[in-house]
Amino acid sequence: MGSAFNEMGEGPEHSAAYAEVARWLAATPPEELAAKRAEAEYLFRKVGITFAVYGEGGDPERLIPFDIIPRVLARAEWDRLAQGLSQRVRALNAFLADVYGAKEILRAGRIPESLVLRNEQFRPEMEGFAPPGGVYTHIAGIDLVRTGPDDFYVLEDNCRTPSGVSYMLENREAMLRLFPRLFSRHRIAPVGRYPEELLETLKAAAPERAGPDPTVAILTPGHFNSAYYEHCFLADEMGVEVVEGADLCVENDVVHMRTTAGPRRVDVIYRRIDDDYLDPRAFRPDSMLGVPGLMAAYKAGNVALANAPGCGIADDKAIYPYVPEMIRFYLGEKPRLANVPTFLCEREDDRAHVLSRLDELVVKLAQGSGGYGMLIGPHATREQREEFAARIRANPSHYIAQPTLALSTVPTLCGDAVAPRHVDLRPFVLSTRDQVRIVPGGLTRVALREGSLVVNSSQGGGTKDTWVLEEEGGPPAQSQSQTQSQGYISC
Amino acid sequence: MLSRTADSLFWLGRYTERAANVARGLNVAWRLDGLGTGEEWHRILVASGCEPGFMEKHGEVTPEAVVDFLVRDPDNSSGILSCFAAARSNARQVRTALTVDMWSGLNESWAQFRNSSPDDFQGERLPEFLDRVRERVLLFNGAAQDTMLRGEAFLFVQLGTALERADNTARILDVKHDMLTPGSNGTVEFAQWQAILQSVSALRAYHWIFRERLVPARIAELLILRPELPRSLVACHSRVTEVLEMIAVGQGGRRGECHRLSGEITASLRYCKLSDILEGGLHEWLTRMIGRTAQLGGAIEDFYIRGG
Repeated sequence: MGSAFNEMGEGPEHSAAYAEVARWLAATPPEELAAKRAEAEYLFRKVGITFAVYGEGGDPERLIPFDIIPRVLARAEWDRLAQGLSQRVRALNAFLADVYGAKEILRAGRIPESLVLRNEQFRPEMEGFAPPGGVYTHIAGIDLVRTGPDDFYVLEDNCRTPSGVSYMLENREAMLRLFPRLFSRHRIAPVGRYPEELLETLKAAAPERAGPDPTVAILTPGHFNSAYYEHCFLADEMGVEVVEGADLCVENDVVHMRTTAGPRRVDVIYRRIDDDYLDPRAFRPDSMLGVPGLMAAYKAGNVALANAPGCGIADDKAIYPYVPEMIRFYLGEKPRLANVPTFLCEREDDRAHVLSRLDELVVKLAQGSGGYGMLIGPHATREQREEFAARIRANPSHYIAQPTLALSTVPTLCGDAVAPRHVDLRPFVLSTRDQVRIVPGGLTRVALREGSLVVNSSQGGGTKDTWVLEEEGGPPAQSQSQTQSQGYISC
Repeated sequence: MLSRTADSLFWLGRYTERAANVARGLNVAWRLDGLGTGEEWHRILVASGCEPGFMEKHGEVTPEAVVDFLVRDPDNSSGILSCFAAARSNARQVRTALTVDMWSGLNESWAQFRNSSPDDFQGERLPEFLDRVRERVLLFNGAAQDTMLRGEAFLFVQLGTALERADNTARILDVKHDMLTPGSNGTVEFAQWQAILQSVSALRAYHWIFRERLVPARIAELLILRPELPRSLVACHSRVTEVLEMIAVGQGGRRGECHRLSGEITASLRYCKLSDILEGGLHEWLTRMIGRTAQLGGAIEDFYIRGG
């Protein structure tokens, strides 16, 4: 692994986008930065923005560490990314419509049929059913990493229930409070409209009979869920109810929520519950979180679910290598964002390659998340590598491997010194029948431990505010506050 | 509004109010402890409804044990810290229905109190600690009053607060009912009367309204029948009736047993005579009132939360 690309630039040669940030860092004593960091932590505690980690001992309500040094992208860089993201998500939605419909891409032999149809993430319940608006993954989170000035890769797609957008919004709020002067020296694309755009996306997914003002609700597994804060935050920002399974009931294939004024019909459910727990009648019968009869109501066209059940087949790690193929097949376009070269251990050639290069590769579970159950070859001990080799031989289809990328670094406040730390980026992509929308930026996650490449919050990662700089110079004009007029009112 | 949300808001109002009420009660006990009546710590246990739980655990009443049980002990669901934890947990479940000011006020209270150790509230530290509890609840009530949208969410918090307050005033009166029986007069009694009034922030109010020295019957009148005093029984129950009515109007006139019962209680308070109450025995009357208040709480939950 070579030396990582530092996004701010080294020494006196700073990238143009970081010019002001570099000047600010040079002019601010470390104690002051540390004091600001303490203030930031106080702000987050006060707002109660925590994520819950149960069953590991310690405080179950934890703060995700927030780094006060922003990550900056130039508008031109962002525009290229946004085009690539939009293209990718359009292809993923087309793929979902196809595999649950005509299956043309399988018949054309562009993706092995067994990889899709025998995948645990493939939901036969969805076959032959077209969701309202034809969209499957209304909200997608695409994880990007960078290795050089123009080298961005998609690390993984999250098409089911991606989380983290509340941090994108709260990080910006915190930065505005902590560093108003730094903001006034930049023109930064705002992120605050995300909740509005999310609501418009959800309303657009409603069944036609719901009319112009459909009732939207967020379905949460409850306050023990690690992202519960986010569910409430988004509901609050959109002005919709956050419901638990027990708040909903289905009668004659129509979904209602229990309210103080009696039952009220629900048209769109932004569900943050996994497919398996959505409806004990359709999926896991032991689910206490879901709503009995929800799938039947969905398939009767009486309620919309966002995201649609079965989206997991599009972000499965074994399907991931084929996304560029989807883009060519459905859109007839050249992929704008690159994939990380990926070896599927269930293929014999790939497996032989992986087993011989374990010290260079990252090995991941094909169906895992949160950075659990993964091997980073160059950082692992011999014993760990041997243990993984045995696991791969035993269950080859459970593993994929990728080269260890030298993730780019961004200056980060570590202890009381500023040092480079590796980052990734998760932008959030909203899709309706005829539009793809992306709020500029996304969630930057940073691996706070020196040398670490794992950015997941469950593994010691933190977050940063992500700035997309508008190019035209000069700070945005601010409107003057009104004052009482000095003269008398003439009658 | 979701029934579950209404439930959380209602109990959010009740638990925050209860935390302050326990602090008020403890403050009285602390003041009277100096006068050597010896009964105060036991009385506050009875007033807060915590006596059975306490006796099971401690067996003997000592000031330290009572303070610990009513402030910190997680086994006591009506203890101050338990109330804050329960209020916060309810608030957390309906984060979307609260304003940022309410949530952060409450969340900060919880953060301040959650790790309290005996050193923070035993002995000489107690009055300062209790003041802080009352201040935090005043802050929360102020945030609710100042920042909440005037919708159902606001009304359910108000409903919980008013009902809990009615319950508390009746209990405080009941614990001291013997002191309010006409005829008793002495230094100790005088201090007791002062303490009752202080516990419901009404000592000044007494002088403003009656402009005479403390008389037991007047104290009972003030705390039961005077609508000007925000913590009097008639004021609290009028507020419950008013809030229930506002919720009903917002729902196009949907009403149930809770509306009838609340109206009946309020009317009986508005139009009854103090002499009638005292004649039948203050304690008997208060016992009935506490029972009916509990019944009303149940009727509210039946109608709005369990969907009766």
